[in-house]
Amino acid sequence: MAKGKAKNLFLRNLGRDNPVFVQILGICSTLAVTNVLKNTAIMCMGLVFTTTLSNFTVSLLRKWIPARIRMMVEVLIIASYVIIVDIVIKATLPDISRQLGPYVGLIITNCIIMGRAEAFAMSNPPGLSLMDGVSSGLGYSYVLLVIAFFRELMGSGTVWGLTVLGDWWVNWSIMVMAPGAFFMLAIFIWFIKSLVIKEEEAK
Amino acid sequence: MHREIGIFAIFFAAIFTQNILLTYYLGMCSFLAVSRQVKTSLGLGTAVVFVMTSTSALNWLVYRFLLVPLELTYLRFIVFIVVIACFVQIVEMIIERVSEVLYAALGIFLPLITVNCAILGVSLFMIIRDYTFAQSVAYGCGSGLGWMLAILAMAGIRQKMARSRVPKGLEGAGITLIVAGIMALAFMGFSGVI
Repeated sequence: MAKGKAKNLFLRNLGRDNPVFVQILGICSTLAVTNVLKNTAIMCMGLVFTTTLSNFTVSLLRKWIPARIRMMVEVLIIASYVIIVDIVIKATLPDISRQLGPYVGLIITNCIIMGRAEAFAMSNPPGLSLMDGVSSGLGYSYVLLVIAFFRELMGSGTVWGLTVLGDWWVNWSIMVMAPGAFFMLAIFIWFIKSLVIKEEEAK
Repeated sequence: MHREIGIFAIFFAAIFTQNILLTYYLGMCSFLAVSRQVKTSLGLGTAVVFVMTSTSALNWLVYRFLLVPLELTYLRFIVFIVVIACFVQIVEMIIERVSEVLYAALGIFLPLITVNCAILGVSLFMIIRDYTFAQSVAYGCGSGLGWMLAILAMAGIRQKMARSRVPKGLEGAGITLIVAGIMALAFMGFSGVI
């Protein structure tokens, strides 16, 4: 029973309740880091790490956190994990850390993490919350990676820094700039939503 | 590094060419959620301008006179977010006591602001760019105004758009993002002005 529930939860966070395209949460960083695939991947790892562990910690402490200041406590827990992520990235990948700039720190205010801590971890046991954290993080990550893939491909003709499209390809410089991110995410949401609507009509 | 840049240049750049929302994508969540009506957008926008200006000043002081001398700069994420949260809480309490009208207009938006990533973003950017105190305040204020400008424009467009026919899959967030994209394109026209 418990196992089935966990699995259900896992799949739901990847699809039906996906934080990015269904709940439209945490898209600040979705848009900001997705012009290069590599940066996106690093960012996603940081995010999965933070959301998993903060969910777990909040859930462990949920009986001792006073209701009135719970937001503050949640933010502090999240911030501590983000500091770890920041220091690790700075130490191991200084170039990428510089490119990501403030966006690593901004994981703190990423609404997904806060939302999961508040909506799920505060009322569920640690094991389940851990699962919820991992799956929300992954659900977020794959959307980011898809968007980053297309933006990098169309914007610079490369994938993971390797040139894929030849000389004939004219770079769509708009894709690596701000508006491209908005359009790309909108198209992604459009695509997914149309699929969902079709599926519902078929039923 | 950036000392020679004038305060006004920073201020206007933060509003137009480097709009915090349209070029750095910060504060998107509340931007999408609250931009349905011009009136509420105006309330939230005002609150953001106020909080952003004050917290960028506060955080600069805290960073320069507390964290740097104590060599605790790696704690800045926690410290900044605590400063922002406390400030918002205090302002909320003061407004509640002082003016009921103001509380009705701004009060409900204040708790929302603590988790608005644009506020924290401004504080982090000003550290990375090594701004002086005056530059930081100008940057905070300009970013707030830029954010307000964007959300007001968006609310106006969305009110008009409520009656137009949008493809089913694009309703809601989708079309808002496309409008934001077009708006970002328009704002790119400002680049080179400053």
